[in-house]
Amino acid sequence: MKINDTIHLNVAGENALILYFSLREQSSLVVSAEINRTVQQAEQLIRQHLSAVIVDLIPSYASILVVFDLVKIDHHHLRNQLQELLKQCNLANSKLGRLIELPCYYSLESGMDLVRIAKHAKLSVEQVIALHQGQEYRVYAIGFAPGFAYLGEVDERIAMPRLTTPRLKVPKGAVAIADRQTAVYPAQSPGGWNIIGLCPVEMFNPQAKPIMPLAVGDRVKFIAIDRQLYLNQGGKLS
Amino acid sequence: MSKVLTKAAINPLGFLVTNAGVLSLVQDAGRFGAFNLGLTNGGPADSLAFYWANSLCGNALNATVIEISLGGLQLIAQVDCIIAVTGAPMPLTVNGRAKTLWQSFLVKAGDSVCLGFASVGVRCYLAVAGGFVIKASFGSTATVCRESVGGLKGAKIAVNEVLPCHVVSRGGYLRKHLMLPESRQPHYANEVLLHTVLSYQQQHFSAIEKRLFFANDYQVSKHWDRMGYRLQGRAIKADINGILSEGICYGAVQIPADGQPIVLLNDRQTIGGYPKIGAVISSDCAKLSQLRQGDSVHFEAISMSQADNLFHLNLSRLKQTQLIHL
Repeated sequence: MKINDTIHLNVAGENALILYFSLREQSSLVVSAEINRTVQQAEQLIRQHLSAVIVDLIPSYASILVVFDLVKIDHHHLRNQLQELLKQCNLANSKLGRLIELPCYYSLESGMDLVRIAKHAKLSVEQVIALHQGQEYRVYAIGFAPGFAYLGEVDERIAMPRLTTPRLKVPKGAVAIADRQTAVYPAQSPGGWNIIGLCPVEMFNPQAKPIMPLAVGDRVKFIAIDRQLYLNQGGKLS
Repeated sequence: MSKVLTKAAINPLGFLVTNAGVLSLVQDAGRFGAFNLGLTNGGPADSLAFYWANSLCGNALNATVIEISLGGLQLIAQVDCIIAVTGAPMPLTVNGRAKTLWQSFLVKAGDSVCLGFASVGVRCYLAVAGGFVIKASFGSTATVCRESVGGLKGAKIAVNEVLPCHVVSRGGYLRKHLMLPESRQPHYANEVLLHTVLSYQQQHFSAIEKRLFFANDYQVSKHWDRMGYRLQGRAIKADINGILSEGICYGAVQIPADGQPIVLLNDRQTIGGYPKIGAVISSDCAKLSQLRQGDSVHFEAISMSQADNLFHLNLSRLKQTQLIHL
């Protein structure tokens, strides 16, 4: 179902609808800060106006999963309400997100895939690091695991597909690349992203306020630090 | 029933774990409203058995219980209390004497409560009147091991832990003995029909692929857990490889590159990038979670309106079911 030229609504499940956002009448979904800002705007509108019937929302790059309470509303009514609410919602000219700097210890010791990426990109390891550091990223989505922030987009030259066989253990704080996305692993976990360094900042701490240093829409820059500074800031090396 | 709850007092005592079994987890109805931090729902894999366990104890419907997968949990009561066990038919004994599932009964301090292993079905729910008293994390006590969130320590129940519960005052005992009529007790089998709403990327599966998906049986592979059930059978192909990562709902059926469907359940990742053909309705996800490797499922397509009807029909049946006072 079409809500306007840039927003479509689809069924997801028994109690879930999904909104898709695009640039004009495109069929395929693309990563774009502009689209992601519209996602954020729509998310806020839904939270403000429909919280009485909404169980939870999952905003992502270009979509919002809307999980609703089947006892309180049915999908027909929710569709109508979303349509009414989001009709006016269009490519937002919202303000820039906060700029967050994340320290990163890039090295062969902390970035076990640096050499592979360099070979794949036909660049030196130093160039790979410089390109990763040179970019300002946007937090497009948070999910997959607690505190996992999807950052985009990595310079095309160092984009790298996921490992064919994921590692059983990616260390906590690993800074990694998958295609044109980058992220910091909030906890040790299995994972298939390519590791280029380690970040000493806690990405998810239930005891801290805020629990996460990042929010969707924030801008992120990685700042290279050396081994000593990494350790001083609480970083660990196995 | 509420009289008993008001007289209850919080007590650090409860049940001492003498054998944790294969996988025993603290669960309430689940964690909702924390998707923005990347936290999944957790909660009871079989929400129907969970509902009856709490109902039989006169509890609020989101009270904290223990979910026992496969079996083997052994506890010693440290207080007098009323408990009920529902779900897969695991042999239940108190001090060695067999007890019936689907009814509440009194256990006394010092009693030993043991669960054997289910021959069919996977999960049981042990509820105590007033609920287990566990500190909530992000609004819920539900344990998600992968996230190290919920329960006592963000992990499965371990031997020598104590699961605190409310103490029921004397006089509240007798009226608490309830039973679910046998005709209303779920039947656990090795085959389940999964009613599925076509959704998400369904337009990227051709009419033939969809027909094959709904015409063939699938078997539960060796990869089945609270995160999802990976199935084996006729491979289904989408005309796309991946999508921009997006929110995954309960019951979503993901089709990865190998074409073997994965039904995503309570502990699923919140965001993912594989194409999805549809989503299984919640009441059938509960049934699926009682299957194990080698068991069989069949998908049946239904419309969103039919799914809505089934949900409300199930709900009204639940509400109209009268528990038997023993």
